[in-house]
Amino acid sequence: MKIDFTLNGAATTVDVTPDMPLLWVLRDVLDMKGTKFGCGASLCGACTVHVDGKATRTCRLPVQDVKGAKVTTIEGLSADGTHPVQIAWKEIDVPQCGYCQAGQMMTVSALLETNPSPSDGQINSAMNRNLCRCATYSRIRKAIHHSAELIAGDEAATASGSGAK
Amino acid sequence: MSDSTKGRLSRRNFLRVSALAGGGLLLSTRFELLGTASAATADAAGSLSTHVSISPDGLVHIVAQNPEIGQGVKTMLPMLIAEELDVAWEQVRVTQGDLDTDSFSGQFAGGSMATPMHWKPMRVAGATARAMLIGAAASRWGVSADSLTTDAGAVLHKATGRSLSYGELATEAAALAVPSADNLVLKTPQEFKILGVSKPGVDNSKIVTGQPLFGIDVTLPGMKYAVFAKSPVYGAKLKAVDLETVKQAAGVSHAFVVRGDTPLSGLQDGVAIVADSWWAAKSARDELVVEWDEGPTAAQSSAGFAEQAELLSKGEPTQVIKADGNVEVALGAAAKTVEAAYSYPFIAHAPLEPQNCTCHVTEGAVEIWAPSQTPERARDGVAELLGIDKSKVTLHLTRMGGGFGRRLYNDFVMESAQIAKQVGVPVKLLWTREDDMAHDLYRPGGFHYLKGGLDANGDLSAWYDHFVTFGEGKKFSASASMGLAEFPQGFVADYSLVASKMALGVPTGALRAPTSNAISFVIQSFMDELAHAGSKDPLEFRLQLLDKVIAAGTKTRLDAKRMRNVLLLVAEKSGWGKRQLARGSGMGVAFHFSHRGYFAEVVQATVSKRGDVAVDQIWVAGDVGNLIINPINAENQVQGAVLDGLAQALQQEITFEGGAAKQSNFHNFKLLRMAQAPPIEVHFLQSEGDPTGLGEPALPPVPPALCNAIFAATGQRVRSLPLANHDLSWT
Ligand code: FES
Ligand code: FES
Repeated sequence: MKIDFTLNGAATTVDVTPDMPLLWVLRDVLDMKGTKFGCGASLCGACTVHVDGKATRTCRLPVQDVKGAKVTTIEGLSADGTHPVQIAWKEIDVPQCGYCQAGQMMTVSALLETNPSPSDGQINSAMNRNLCRCATYSRIRKAIHHSAELIAGDEAATASGSGAK
Repeated sequence: MSDSTKGRLSRRNFLRVSALAGGGLLLSTRFELLGTASAATADAAGSLSTHVSISPDGLVHIVAQNPEIGQGVKTMLPMLIAEELDVAWEQVRVTQGDLDTDSFSGQFAGGSMATPMHWKPMRVAGATARAMLIGAAASRWGVSADSLTTDAGAVLHKATGRSLSYGELATEAAALAVPSADNLVLKTPQEFKILGVSKPGVDNSKIVTGQPLFGIDVTLPGMKYAVFAKSPVYGAKLKAVDLETVKQAAGVSHAFVVRGDTPLSGLQDGVAIVADSWWAAKSARDELVVEWDEGPTAAQSSAGFAEQAELLSKGEPTQVIKADGNVEVALGAAAKTVEAAYSYPFIAHAPLEPQNCTCHVTEGAVEIWAPSQTPERARDGVAELLGIDKSKVTLHLTRMGGGFGRRLYNDFVMESAQIAKQVGVPVKLLWTREDDMAHDLYRPGGFHYLKGGLDANGDLSAWYDHFVTFGEGKKFSASASMGLAEFPQGFVADYSLVASKMALGVPTGALRAPTSNAISFVIQSFMDELAHAGSKDPLEFRLQLLDKVIAAGTKTRLDAKRMRNVLLLVAEKSGWGKRQLARGSGMGVAFHFSHRGYFAEVVQATVSKRGDVAVDQIWVAGDVGNLIINPINAENQVQGAVLDGLAQALQQEITFEGGAAKQSNFHNFKLLRMAQAPPIEVHFLQSEGDPTGLGEPALPPVPPALCNAIFAATGQRVRSLPLANHDLSWT
């Protein structure tokens, strides 16, 4: 069955069995390996992407459910690593093995869209379902605060008319 | 993975230098490593080596030779080379090497061994290349090598102000004779510019943009996908299976039975299903009907082990591991004795990237992409399994989504090779999370029946541990043993460690800080009980024990002075004994020596009246030698290890019923979550000796420090893990 959706800004059509989870469509049909498989049971968050801006797990999400939707994956956050969350993740040196981090970053970037300056308590609840087996949680927390600063800095710069990035 | 692996570096080294096609210098260094290797680090024997190349544009390409599991070795080993080469880190480009036992050795990730093994050879490799570049400049300018210095990838002649970049000199340098390592002068720590300065991971840019790096990401033209269905009971034999129905399933191209062999961690009986997509293979497997002959292991259970252990504890131990003095007499003479029974469960490794391996078997050759901590053993195992020469096996190392010891074992590599052999095209085998939980080589559980004696001053006077563990005859199951000189051996004259064993049908293996991650809980908790029994402050009690040995000058496995210093540091940083805490909150302390590292830790925890445990903060003091090579990663590793220990203590256990693990995914085998992660302060004492590894030794003190904190908070002594099984409520 043919299913259309927008993937990282580009119109995309796949011809697959409609109950195939979006995770496997991304990884094995579209060869986009950034989104990861950790549990296959909506328990770990490694497979998190944005569906219409909302952080969404994809390992149990039938691809037919994203028909017509806008899907953003880690590859679409920015291809050159210049999204504030990506910059913060590199600077703070969050990754250990790095396997969970795409999912973490997709959850964080969605969170910061709605809450540009989350408190530690808000971070705890927003990140509660993204597991990191290497337990980089201290770094993730630090990087979330740093991302928020970078975004605020960008906005301040834009507002003051400097336009600097 | 054990402390018994002591690699000594000989001074002999072999160097090969060749000109790079297109100009430049390729340096390949081989060093001979002498020493004994335990079974788990058999790969450590042999020669050490590294590759560096400098291209005419001045970029320095360094091959990272070891498997990266998240420990940061892909950044650290190149730092060692770059330091002595005297280049700017910005000039360095790191690539992952394949398995290459002719050029490299020590290509494994285990035992926190990369730092102690490679600390000198990698720096010598860098210094050798630097000396040759200096030699090339000296002959070009007609000056003596002594008059030249280097900085940031250039050779400088101070007297005339001339300079040449390494890129300009590389081709000429490659034509020079290789200097003897004996004539090289390595930098002193005061001269380091790269070592000791934080370097974020070299793969960070790729990780944050989602580029394919991991084993699971490997894609090859014409590749098929496989799942492999095994019995939940280890060692079961396949009795009957309906392959025909599976073969009809959408996308499935092959379904066949693979017969296993006997050794633990080897190939097991199972059904391979190969399809056009992994989802198709997995969906077909969901409908698979197999009948197993489960064999004797099906009679084993965690409840059964506990009963058996209790029984064995009442009988005579079957083995004396270590006996000093006369513990029976000492206990009889003690002013006070304490008895306690401790136990800890089996646990799973659960790295976040499920086991996978991609393999292509063609006529007479095999190519493998293996997320393996022991790639050499993976290659040799595949060669043996398929009956081909190992020179015909090419093995590519991939980044791994965690290891923790699980990927020291190559069962999934063997499976992928066996399946790929039958299919003929490249095949990626991928396990489900449920496969991973059901087919781990678990951290073994264990039982300890302890007796301790105190003299009239409340000082430790006797220690007796009847360790009921797994194994047969003299042989312990993997990671189910204890060393001869485990603390407090050597710190108390009358000491006895004896063992009894139960047969085990489930495979066990090394999990981050193997054996230490379990026994530290027992030793450091019981130490706490004894301190309280003698009405001493738990930290003071430990210090006095260390001080006595320091004063007597007795030689012990752990250096009592170094341990004393980290203990004092953690006491100071945590404000030990100075904080006023409300009822329900308390601090606990513990220390442990493993993998050459000294760690003392304090946990502050609060137990609610309902019995919920919240960890408020953790302080860590560590001593791993005279330098922290990459501070930004060192902190991350220590925090990760500490939280790993915390997760184990709080909520992790694998229980067996009918020979199979009951836990199947992250809903019942619980990883730590963000909200459970307290602030962790990490302090390093930069003491003496070359730097040693950091991946493991920070973990073991956490479970006992937490349980000791719970005792301080509530008066409840926890003698079995995980805490989730205990009612800790109080009024
Ligand atoms: S793989 Fe989807 S939540 Fe774990
Ligand atoms: S960095 Fe390894 S799982 Fe998060």
